[in-house]
Amino acid sequence: SKTLFFISFEPFRGGLDCATVEPLFYCSVSSDLEEKRIPLPSNSQSLQSCTVTVFILFLQIPLRSDYGYKVSLFSHLHQYSRKAPLTQQISIPATVIHPSIVRLGLQYSQGIVAGSNARSVALLHAFKQVIQDYSTPPNEELPRDLVNKLKPYISFLNQCRPLSASMGNAIKYIKKEISNIPSQCKEEEAKKKLLLCIDNYVNEKITLAAKAISKCAIDKISDGDVILVYGCSSLVNHILCEAFEKQRKFRVIVVDSRPRLEGREALRRLVKRGIRCTYVLISAVSYILPEVSKVFLGAHALLANGYVMSRVGTSQIALVAKAYNVPVLVCCETYKFCERVQTDSFVSNELDDPDDLIVTREGKTQLADWQSVKSLGLLNLVYDVTPPDFVDLVITELGMIPCTSVPVVLRVKNVDQ
Amino acid sequence: MPGADKETDLGERIEAFLAELKRGGRGSGETARSTAALLRRITAQARWSSAGDLMEIIRKEGRRMTAAQPSETTVGNMVRRVLKIIREEYARSRGSSEEADQQESLHKLLTSGGSSEENFRQHFAPLKANVIEAINELLTELEGTTDNIAMQALEHIHSNEVIMTIGRSRTVEAFLKDAARKRKFHVIVAECAPFCQGHEMATSLSEDGIETTVIPDAAIFAVMSRVNKVIIGTQTVLANGGLRAVNGTHTLALAAKHHSTPLIVCAPMFKLSPQFPNEEDTFHKFVSPQEVLPFTEGEVLSKVNAHCPVFDYVPPELITLFISNIGGNAPSYIYRLMSELYHPEDHEL
Repeated sequence: SKTLFFISFEPFRGGLDCATVEPLFYCSVSSDLEEKRIPLPSNSQSLQSCTVTVFILFLQIPLRSDYGYKVSLFSHLHQYSRKAPLTQQISIPATVIHPSIVRLGLQYSQGIVAGSNARSVALLHAFKQVIQDYSTPPNEELPRDLVNKLKPYISFLNQCRPLSASMGNAIKYIKKEISNIPSQCKEEEAKKKLLLCIDNYVNEKITLAAKAISKCAIDKISDGDVILVYGCSSLVNHILCEAFEKQRKFRVIVVDSRPRLEGREALRRLVKRGIRCTYVLISAVSYILPEVSKVFLGAHALLANGYVMSRVGTSQIALVAKAYNVPVLVCCETYKFCERVQTDSFVSNELDDPDDLIVTREGKTQLADWQSVKSLGLLNLVYDVTPPDFVDLVITELGMIPCTSVPVVLRVKNVDQ
Repeated sequence: MPGADKETDLGERIEAFLAELKRGGRGSGETARSTAALLRRITAQARWSSAGDLMEIIRKEGRRMTAAQPSETTVGNMVRRVLKIIREEYARSRGSSEEADQQESLHKLLTSGGSSEENFRQHFAPLKANVIEAINELLTELEGTTDNIAMQALEHIHSNEVIMTIGRSRTVEAFLKDAARKRKFHVIVAECAPFCQGHEMATSLSEDGIETTVIPDAAIFAVMSRVNKVIIGTQTVLANGGLRAVNGTHTLALAAKHHSTPLIVCAPMFKLSPQFPNEEDTFHKFVSPQEVLPFTEGEVLSKVNAHCPVFDYVPPELITLFISNIGGNAPSYIYRLMSELYHPEDHEL
């Protein structure tokens, strides 16, 4: 998107000898723009009658183009190809986007940093870098200028990979903290304060919250349990490892699904600790569920109407668990609670690279040239929403709450702030 | 001696058939046809003098064949059909009406003293020819099943529908292609990992111009709310109206039930089996866990159990309709159809 600024000036006609005065003007309509000082021609005639029109085109973050055929139900969402990262399509001068943000954006789009906790922590660390390297331009106030500096970074990251709910909350927090800095505060002090705020946020909302949640959750794990987990949730893995340290006897069934196959990562982590594991794909979940005593699921976000937004396949596991009367426990930190409401997985979701679904078996790749077939589409959803009647309990650092109490927690948090 | 030659030839053919069964890889329709053809050959070439002898021979061969590949139930079903044919032809030759023999009315149970003495020992010359002719009719019926089912497609699919299916079923493929000739609709295929037969199904359907989308198994519940009908095939239809279908079907059925979406099963009659689902190991079939967790994963493999079941049990409450070559039926009617196809004494081979 391009921002077009049109400034028209008529030099003042006054008693001054216009030939000698060099009027300067600069635009500070938005501090995204660089200052442009344009001296007028010192021809007195032209000064009298000139109207200077200045067009300033400022290239904002270019839009990444969609890839492949999008299924009609999801044509309002973006579908990008992993093989064409954003940085190939734009030539960003380094002054516009901080290099650590560029690096972060690439890591997001290639899937190197994945998982809502990991993405939020990486984002906050990158922002710490940005704040450290930041210097207030003259005639600007740190709070407003810094917030405006962050805007193109955030839209760049959004183009690399749509922001998650946890990242959104983290960004809101940072912006609030920046705006709350008193204007008479010196720059060094302000920066130190902000860095400390960010560290506290990571510590409280993520690290300590995980510890509190594990403590609650370990009470729910009894000896002889068979626990089913889906995909790779850092929080659930943490809980299971803690429970194992505390000498609980249980075994774990890891359910995985194509095309991401994140469960293999969870499997490696659990096996390294020495936990006994079984591994199946999601299509075998109704075979394995009669053996299971509890299901632990992670969440990407908890919505205000009690729905749980999580990796695609979570709602399916909750559905089958309900059919077999197995309790489903969702573990989620409160910083992932968000005020959005959603009732289905169509309106706001994320579409991943459709080429991930292609697989080669026995030398044959069935979908190799799916693009050439007009009526064939591949759908690679990333998230889905689980209705609250499938979930029995949500474990947060504030305690164990039912799914429907999410708006209560949100309200309490808002009152606190 | 020509007689001995015929017998060794027959024996060889049976061995070849068993080897083919053990190897697997054939579709159920093909298996059913080759089983019926083999049974016809046995009837023609084996040495028997009365119906009872023939039934004994066929039962013996049938037991061997089902032992070779227990999960392929069409073999056992064909054997039972042929046994029923033999009984019918015998009864017709004897002159007694079939209806009276078959009915297990309460009155008959009480008055006959509980034993139906039928030792099938009488010799009838035209029996052989009649049985072979009846088996030929059976073969003709088998050949027409897919077309019969596909012909009913237009009664079940309206335009602009979204239909979901899972894996690859030749019956469903023919069904959808037939409907696509006159109606425009959209198909969503769940790929059914780890074998991903859904990919083949999707490419085949899209080549015929049907709008197809492939989704991973994990997205079944997520997209189910926009699906109008679920049409699936199955490996076996069990005696209680339940299914033994490819794994992932139970999840699909539960999701359809949650959204009140009708679940339609396209299954020809030769897939109907007098087995009941049970908890024993005979229900499930497993293949190498290498499909699920490949050897490239390394050390983790030795510390982990991986499972790769092939089939799923779907209870009859989740099924709305069965479409077979003789028409549409509710799951509660399956027991009746079974009593018309097989004789109760043949349920255990």
